[in-house]
Amino acid sequence: MNVATPHGSVAPGTLDLTADKPVPFGRLVKVELRKMLDTRAGLWLLISIVLLTGLVLVIFLINADDKSFVNAMQATATPQGILLPVLGILLVTSEWSQRTAMVTFTLEPHRGKVLWSKVTAAVLLGLAAVVLALVVASAVTAVGGTSDAWHDASLQLVLQYVVLQLLSVLGGLVFGLLFLNTAAAIVTSYALPIAFSIITSLVSSFHKVQPWVDPGTAQTPLQSGEILSGKEWSHVIVTSLIWVVLPFAIGMWRVLRAEVK
Amino acid sequence: MGRVITLENVTKRYGAFTAVDDVSFTAQPGRVTGFLGPNGAGKSTSMRVMVGLTPPNGGRATIGGHLYSQIPNPARHVGVLLDASAQHAGRTGREVLRISADTMGVGPKRVEEMLELVGLSGNEAKRRVRNYSLGMRQRLGIANAFLGDPSVLILDEPVNGLDPAGIHWMRGLLRQFASQGGTVLLSSHLLHEVEMIADDMILIGRGKIVAQGTKAELLQTRGTYVKPEDPAALLQALQGAGVEAIPSGDGGFRSEAEPIDIGRAAAAAGVVLIELKPAEGAGLEEMFLQLTSDDARESITAQGVQV
Repeated sequence: MNVATPHGSVAPGTLDLTADKPVPFGRLVKVELRKMLDTRAGLWLLISIVLLTGLVLVIFLINADDKSFVNAMQATATPQGILLPVLGILLVTSEWSQRTAMVTFTLEPHRGKVLWSKVTAAVLLGLAAVVLALVVASAVTAVGGTSDAWHDASLQLVLQYVVLQLLSVLGGLVFGLLFLNTAAAIVTSYALPIAFSIITSLVSSFHKVQPWVDPGTAQTPLQSGEILSGKEWSHVIVTSLIWVVLPFAIGMWRVLRAEVK
Repeated sequence: MGRVITLENVTKRYGAFTAVDDVSFTAQPGRVTGFLGPNGAGKSTSMRVMVGLTPPNGGRATIGGHLYSQIPNPARHVGVLLDASAQHAGRTGREVLRISADTMGVGPKRVEEMLELVGLSGNEAKRRVRNYSLGMRQRLGIANAFLGDPSVLILDEPVNGLDPAGIHWMRGLLRQFASQGGTVLLSSHLLHEVEMIADDMILIGRGKIVAQGTKAELLQTRGTYVKPEDPAALLQALQGAGVEAIPSGDGGFRSEAEPIDIGRAAAAAGVVLIELKPAEGAGLEEMFLQLTSDDARESITAQGVQV
């Protein structure tokens, strides 16, 4: 209880909020990061990302033909691309599967703010994974790279890699937000894009529009080690609008209106 | 100073089913208000409306004059426990509190104080919530509610799962909180729990408020039940003596007057009495039992329909 409340002008029984400050956004982001680390599921997921990134690069060091930095970097994209969506999914769905959303949205009733803090946490964790991959790839290149290992390295290729990984973590988060259920989100986030790719590639009349609607096709150049053309960037942007921004908007709208039980 | 919880005409419908039907009441500072009703009567839904988790179809709920969602950092004013089981099973008790403390901006020292307040020892606080008994989860939920040093508490079935010693402890804790000016609203489906803890009571059944008042008012079995040989003669005698009485439907009457006054009036008029005793069953308990049994019947019917 507050000590000797000097609320002179306030009617008895009412709450004086003039001195109150909202929960800072940065604090919510910190809490979201903490939530990712303080359970076994979250912690082991992060440890797996670290271990698999390291493992892939060790295999790369032993097996790869062309031990360049860009190839090393690309090699980490696959294991991270599989695990980062799960990270995004868990950030959202664990609140519903464990029913902590009730507490979370009671502590901060502005649900949109909470969801944006989750997006920010997802981006930060994605960036951390990217930095880890880049650092280990650099180390591997420095130790076992070929003599011209750095010749094709460029800032733009690194940025393309960053975009790819962030799309992967955010893509997961969006499916989590859409389903609010871990299993459904994980299955759908893997199966649906693949199924969509297969269908659009089977039907010949879809071939022209495929890079504009199929994220798998649109994102392939991001993994190729080539610098993207303007048109290829447009493909990435349009497919991201369809597969990330639109479902995020739908999921957000639902969570803002829904009853939390 | 405590703050008033006010519900004004709150209604929540799920399709054709009205879970909360035009509910209005207040819970006052300095008092423990018991929110009593059978399971499914609308207590939890009402409480979720109060803290903004459930949008009502009509009416509004305010705390200290504000919608909960308009209170910046509300946990510093309102301590909430809606479901003690709604905690991440994989977190330790201490970690659950740390997350809340970090969100509302109180230090880790406060977490340790609250663990001590609710009697979760160092070893218990280190265990994961999945290994907690319901009683321990309730204690953790209470610690969570007290964390932000609130002036209002909203607690849904906080006593559920506590042993008698735990209920006694909870009673002391909430009484102390109220005596310092805090507002406490707690729900329960057990009359005797609420009787032990509350000053005021609100009785809800099928989404509607059926009675409210102080505990003394509601639990009092005031007045007299009388059954005469000749009802008309007794009524006339009582009217002559200025005593009001209403027929109870079985040839008897209920009256606010004391048994001795009725006995005297009957004797003076020469009316023969079959029964004369302090009124029973006009109290809260009968009303509550009736609500509960009505709902029990309804659920049987519902199962019959399902099969």
